[in-house]
Amino acid sequence: MRESDGVIPAHRARFPGSKTVTDTKTRKYQVIGTRPIRHDGVDKVTGRARYGADIHLPGTLYGKVLRSPHAHARIRSIDTSKAEALPGVKAVATAKDQPALADKIADLGEAVMNLRDLATNVLAVGKVLYHGHAVAAVAATSLEIAEEAIALIEVDYEVLPPVLSVEAAMQPDAPLLHPTLTTRSLGQQSETPSNIASHSKIKKGDVDAGFSQSAVIVEREFKTSPVHQGYIEPHTVTAQWSEDGSLTLWLSTQGAFSVRDQIAELLKIPVSQIRVVPLEIGGGFGGKIQVYLEPVAAVLAKKAGRPVKMTMTRAEVFMGTGPTSGSTIRLKMGASQDGRLMAAQAYLAYEAGAYPGSPVGAGSMCMLAPYNIENVQIDAYDVVVNKPKAAAYRAPGATNAAFASESVIDEICERLEMDPLEFRLKNGAKEGDRRADGPVFPRIGYLETLEAAKAHPHYSAPLTRSDDSDGRKYGRGVASGFWMNYGGQSTAYASVNSDGTINLVEGSTDIGGTRASSAMQCAETLGLASEDVKPVVADTGSIGYTEVTGGSRTTFATGWACFEAAQDVKRQMTERAARLLKISPDDLDLAGGVFTSKKDSEKSIGFKEVAARLGETGGPVVGRATVQPKGVGVAFATHVVDVAVDPETGKTDILRYTAVQDVGRAIHPSYVEGQMQGGVAQGVGWALNEEYYYDDGGRLLNASFLDYRMPTCLDLPMIDTVIVEVPNPGHPFGVRGVGEVPIVPPPAAIANAIYHAIGTRMNVLPMSPREVLEATGQLD
Amino acid sequence: MKTHVQARINGEEVEFLCEPSQSLLEVLRDVLGLTGAKEGCNNGNCGACNVILDGRLVNSCLVLGVETQGSEIATVEGMAADGRLHPLQQRFLEEAALQCGICTPGFLVSARALLDVHPHPTEQQARQWLAGNLCRCTGYDKIVRAVIGTADGGR
Amino acid sequence: MASVHIPSLLQDLTGGADEVTAPGATVGELIEALEERFPGLRDRLCDGRRLRPAVAVWVDGEPSREGLLQALTDHSDVHFLPAISGG
Repeated sequence: MRESDGVIPAHRARFPGSKTVTDTKTRKYQVIGTRPIRHDGVDKVTGRARYGADIHLPGTLYGKVLRSPHAHARIRSIDTSKAEALPGVKAVATAKDQPALADKIADLGEAVMNLRDLATNVLAVGKVLYHGHAVAAVAATSLEIAEEAIALIEVDYEVLPPVLSVEAAMQPDAPLLHPTLTTRSLGQQSETPSNIASHSKIKKGDVDAGFSQSAVIVEREFKTSPVHQGYIEPHTVTAQWSEDGSLTLWLSTQGAFSVRDQIAELLKIPVSQIRVVPLEIGGGFGGKIQVYLEPVAAVLAKKAGRPVKMTMTRAEVFMGTGPTSGSTIRLKMGASQDGRLMAAQAYLAYEAGAYPGSPVGAGSMCMLAPYNIENVQIDAYDVVVNKPKAAAYRAPGATNAAFASESVIDEICERLEMDPLEFRLKNGAKEGDRRADGPVFPRIGYLETLEAAKAHPHYSAPLTRSDDSDGRKYGRGVASGFWMNYGGQSTAYASVNSDGTINLVEGSTDIGGTRASSAMQCAETLGLASEDVKPVVADTGSIGYTEVTGGSRTTFATGWACFEAAQDVKRQMTERAARLLKISPDDLDLAGGVFTSKKDSEKSIGFKEVAARLGETGGPVVGRATVQPKGVGVAFATHVVDVAVDPETGKTDILRYTAVQDVGRAIHPSYVEGQMQGGVAQGVGWALNEEYYYDDGGRLLNASFLDYRMPTCLDLPMIDTVIVEVPNPGHPFGVRGVGEVPIVPPPAAIANAIYHAIGTRMNVLPMSPREVLEATGQLD
Repeated sequence: MKTHVQARINGEEVEFLCEPSQSLLEVLRDVLGLTGAKEGCNNGNCGACNVILDGRLVNSCLVLGVETQGSEIATVEGMAADGRLHPLQQRFLEEAALQCGICTPGFLVSARALLDVHPHPTEQQARQWLAGNLCRCTGYDKIVRAVIGTADGGR
Repeated sequence: MASVHIPSLLQDLTGGADEVTAPGATVGELIEALEERFPGLRDRLCDGRRLRPAVAVWVDGEPSREGLLQALTDHSDVHFLPAISGG
């Protein structure tokens, strides 16, 4: 391994911050690994870029949703007559305006959703299941009239006792959210109705035998609160019907095709009648995949005969869209005296929110993935509670589980007096090892992240002495994390322009710079400069099927499609060049933008010249590709963090953070670093401050940015990154998905650092000042 | 009954009609079509709507449109000039200080206001000043580098 | 013959066996072969003509979107795991 060479501009040298450690021996790429300005950048810094709420059609009406004030209640009746009578109100909708749906499971792209649950989440049927559950909606000529109108809708509720924790939900006499829900356990349903939607189990070896061989056993229980993705842009959609029966939606979404599929199922219309136009999106992190407002806006627009625009307020985003699961995790792990992990037994119960579908399965699969461990048993429970339906949030399920496993491992290391990185090196997984839940690892880079962390100056830098004069206690913690990443379907078209540039059309909404990484992979393949490829994100009428921007898949799979489309262009352009040179295409090489004959280097023609003469040689050249690739590379990360804890206030400050991650190949290193830093920042918020705060009646009390406290730039230091490149053998350029795994280690790394600072193990998230004081016995 | 307001936005004379209850943010976005300022929270907690009003950095969601009679307003749309990006905008692009970009207009306006007052801010000063702008994508590292880098590189 | 890892919750159907070999050119054929030896197993994994939505099949270390149509070789290593999604 060696550090990459490359000139560091002076202003970057002032904050060294980031480095790349790669195992390639020679620099083979012209474009990949460079840092061009992203293609959509100028529009975004000038304010010209159009996000979902920036569109305005003539005649637009404004839609508002009426939301339940109760966490759990039967709806006895809904009277919308006064709202309908208000001047300016053009349409009112309740669940009866949506087609009734049977219990149908639809494979809607990456996430599998139960359509009836999705429909009743969009507009409640019979019961409301969380504070904020949508009950009715109106469309009016102004937002003020719409707000007035929803206040005139009379709903008669029979309030029911709410269930607000997995413990409460799993009691035998707990109030049931869904009277017909029984526990599913791998194809079998239980007899009695329950709030436990499913039970899954991973078992390997014999945990009892493993524990009996352990010199050190640690057993702990952990609790985490729901946390929200926290994207700055609220959900928004504009819906318009045409007299030919077609529907167009302009919106922000992580997946235009997923929205199209969901709307087709929910409104029972063919996909061919729906066009979804994705505008720029202001953050998603998994929370902008399933629909909330879109079917409602469509129904209102149909009834009113005019376009309807709906945007959530910030409070509605918190109350009405999925956070990720709160959880209770019990974990027992054992290790031998010489530091080998012998056994792990875990119980995971995750809050699914109002409808089944927490990411507990993923949590159980990721929890121990970094380690070789013979004896494992994990029981995982998906539990419904009266909170908003959980939605995907960046490596869904993994962070909760890693908070437990990485904390317990730290405690084992302490008892064995072993360095935590050495311990992980000893037990860490590599190519050919079998993951705890079964599959064998291909080439992976986990150990390389540990080595890079160990070698980093941060790891050996002196911590300020813990008896420092400012009274604070200082500590350092480490943690690792794993996420499996996703492949999925993508399409790309690459058209050759007469000036030798490429129009690259793809279907992945660009949340973090993926237009650039797609264009760069295309450019690399054709020997063009990054700026000679013009990427466009197209709507569902203009590009072939493409799955969501999520699951860390876009640079991997959409990039692959762009690579394949570029290969198709190369084949066709080679034939055209051959015609112009009057030789065989097999004789030609393309390098540096020039086709040259292998037999006679005098015979050559530039790519640009061939492009200018396409009309003479057969017409336009368009390359196309669709992919559903295998060879998805999994992701590992190892983080190191220094904290200072004020023992009087319980406040924890992050002093220094280093994130190490195996990215396979960094297409655009700046945006890879950005994903790492962004995941860390969300993880810091999850660790220290963020939580959904409920009263006893199940009402969410902190539905604002003031009280749902996300990190500001004053709460974070510079976040140093180390990009480790162990190329994914499955991908043409070695790419591994990078976006999700960086959120997995931070809560545990910070918990471990806090322990090393104050000597108390934290087992709740967030580790807010109040929790730290309580854990250290200062609130008695 | 709408109120008639005259102001200067990005150096240009502007007239508009608005309800007394409409915020400056609504006026910019819905009346004047200047959608650079964004609504993230509508109660002064995220900074995505920041503009400079008579030389002061404000959340435009907390200012009424009618309050801006006779005022000078600077939005993100006024930062590029004569076909060239403002140095802050250029540096944000070079440093990759944006991912989804929704907070970027707010940060650019805030950073411009910062550099007007502190032409060479320390990292701490920059972070303090920018703490009113939330970003969920970047972790702020590259934003702070871009702002300080612009100051170091001159304006 | 592919190696199939039997999920822990189905091991009551296989008499406790956690790993078996079975023939089949596709995952679908494999499950049919398993059903002959361990009646009831197919219904636990499949819903009609497809894998149950909550179940993903991993072949040789990778999840497959092709479900029952996924091709197998003589050396395939097959797991049935919870279906997951990213964010």
